[in-house]
Amino acid sequence: MANLTLVQAINLALTQEMQHDDRVVLLGEDISINGGVFRVTEGLHERFGSDRVIDTPLAESGIMGTSVGLAIAGMRPVPEIQFEGFLGPAYDQLVNHAGRMRVRTRSALTIPLTVRVPVGGGIHAPELHSDSPEAIYTHSKGIKVVMPSTPYDAKGLLISAIRDPDPVIFFEPKRVYRSFREEVPEEEYTIEIGQAKVVNEGSDITIVTWGAPVYQCLAAMDNLPEDVSVELIDLRTIYPMDIDTVIQSVQKTGRCVIVHEAPLTAGLGAEISSQIQESCFLYLEAPVQRVAGFDTIMPYYKLELSYLPEAPRIEKGIKECLAY
Amino acid sequence: MPRRTVYEASIEYMQILDEHGNLDEKLAKDTLSDDDVVYMYEHMVTCRQLDEIAFKLQRSGRMGTYPQNKGQEAAAIGSGFAAKKGEDWLVPCYRENAALYMHGLPMHYILLHWMGDERGNQIPDGVNITPISIPIGTHMLHAVGIAWAMKLRKEPRVVLTYFGDGSTSEGDFHEAMNFASVFQTPTVFICQNNQWAISTPRESQMNSETVAQKALAYGMPTCQIDGNDIFAAYKATKEATDRARAGGGPSFIEMVTYRLGDHTTADDARRYRDQAEVDAWKEKDPIIRTRLYLESRGLWDDDRQIKLQDRAKTIVSEVVKAAEDIEKPGTDDFFDHMFAVLPEHLIRQRDTLRTSSIGQNPEQAGLRATPARV
Repeated sequence: MANLTLVQAINLALTQEMQHDDRVVLLGEDISINGGVFRVTEGLHERFGSDRVIDTPLAESGIMGTSVGLAIAGMRPVPEIQFEGFLGPAYDQLVNHAGRMRVRTRSALTIPLTVRVPVGGGIHAPELHSDSPEAIYTHSKGIKVVMPSTPYDAKGLLISAIRDPDPVIFFEPKRVYRSFREEVPEEEYTIEIGQAKVVNEGSDITIVTWGAPVYQCLAAMDNLPEDVSVELIDLRTIYPMDIDTVIQSVQKTGRCVIVHEAPLTAGLGAEISSQIQESCFLYLEAPVQRVAGFDTIMPYYKLELSYLPEAPRIEKGIKECLAY
Repeated sequence: MPRRTVYEASIEYMQILDEHGNLDEKLAKDTLSDDDVVYMYEHMVTCRQLDEIAFKLQRSGRMGTYPQNKGQEAAAIGSGFAAKKGEDWLVPCYRENAALYMHGLPMHYILLHWMGDERGNQIPDGVNITPISIPIGTHMLHAVGIAWAMKLRKEPRVVLTYFGDGSTSEGDFHEAMNFASVFQTPTVFICQNNQWAISTPRESQMNSETVAQKALAYGMPTCQIDGNDIFAAYKATKEATDRARAGGGPSFIEMVTYRLGDHTTADDARRYRDQAEVDAWKEKDPIIRTRLYLESRGLWDDDRQIKLQDRAKTIVSEVVKAAEDIEKPGTDDFFDHMFAVLPEHLIRQRDTLRTSSIGQNPEQAGLRATPARV
């Protein structure tokens, strides 16, 4: 057991999966000699060599498309796209090829592929380095979408993703990369994809979130009156979503606030909210609230905290929902 | 010297069997035996028959949109003959039926695909082919990835990928060429330059004199050949596969051919190209010249031709029957292959065929308690 950051936990998961499965290869821009721009793959080149930790040309579609081919041929590619904003050029290969291959070949060809992508804002990065596109990939079928918020979950979920027989997009919230450490077991373990975690049990209101906003929600909860009992749910996997955990919670509390960094309209909050009204219609004490990014282009970093769902805005949302 | 030439190159053109059936004996040496040519000719004629029947099936409403292969059989057969069945991979677009058939794809799979049935892509075990690819120019990256896996595992296998002149305008083509060249993957890029990308002629598609020269930018061996000549198509591909198998990396071959038919059955090429041009290319039909060659060698006559055509008709009518007789899949089919293990909401949608809230009440919907099919 060691005290690890999110970056270190991911590095450990990659190391261990590469150790026991020689089909696992990492590829991406600057991931090998340089260890990745966030140093997530640091030390792996020295350990596994440049045939398994591969610096590619600067071409995201090329990275994703060759990964599809590697997977068809029985490898377990783990490509890294340097920032979520650069997923655009890889979209076609990921969605129209990786996501469809099993279905269009009726399972004759499958794509065991794990795309690692740093995601989200709050780190004072340049343009197109701070977005949250998870809803896009949730709406595109055939791909599992995972976003851990803790080092422990990251390790277990990444191992599950690499072992999964289907494509997984593994979003790593940059804001959490080095924000804290926690105990992470040395031995390998998995966390099932598709299972949410109840971070805090409560009975008055449910908050549903994932990724970096988990910590903004916790901060908001600290400011609430002591007699307010909040149930905080970290989805961890966005697709397939553990909606049962959400529904059970909302049937208990009758109130729900959904928090995400991505823009409001057609964001995942809309989907979760719709599922809540389908299953909790007679339990609801208040309309489901959404505290999300605005329907704007993510501003440059001077104003990024005004865009992101920071603790004060979440606190307001919770209070309004409780007062309804 | 302030200015000097830092790079010079040229593109070689190769033709071995001309349109009159004359063979360049020197270039043909150690390429195809008489038996090989007969075998390839029979495949070409059979696939032409498939093509004509597929066209009729579409016109009579028994099949959806279909892209005819007519005129390009030599490029497919000649190159495909250099691939080792069960070892090497073919990563096609959609105008290489003859290569796919020869490499082991059951012919009725091709019809099933165009009949709107994914089971036409359910490539049997041991047949190393990726399915017909509809989007243009995206599949060459898969070919590079598959070849890369072969190289990483030190397996002496190569990957042939087919695409048209139009797809060399796509970014993915260039990324595939660059990755193949940087990582020296055993990939053979086969451009079937059939002069037309739907209605856009080659000269509007690119300002380079040849397609082959695009490979020069990637430091890749490249050449242009007569794509209606099975000898040239085979020889160029064999040289490329031998090189790739020996660790020599990727190659590029531009096969100059012509799309004798419309782009697909949904297209009418009379809107944009002259009949005189089509007629001139009909003279260069690969099947005509291969037959002339076989006849000149005393290997073919009218009697054999009639027998072959009868055989081709029988094969294709059996193929049509196989494709049409297969039972329509149930709706489970498009759910069951979404993932290895189906998530619960997909099971619910599959079993109720409902997406609305009331339908998702398990008691009202009468949910089946069946686990996901793996």
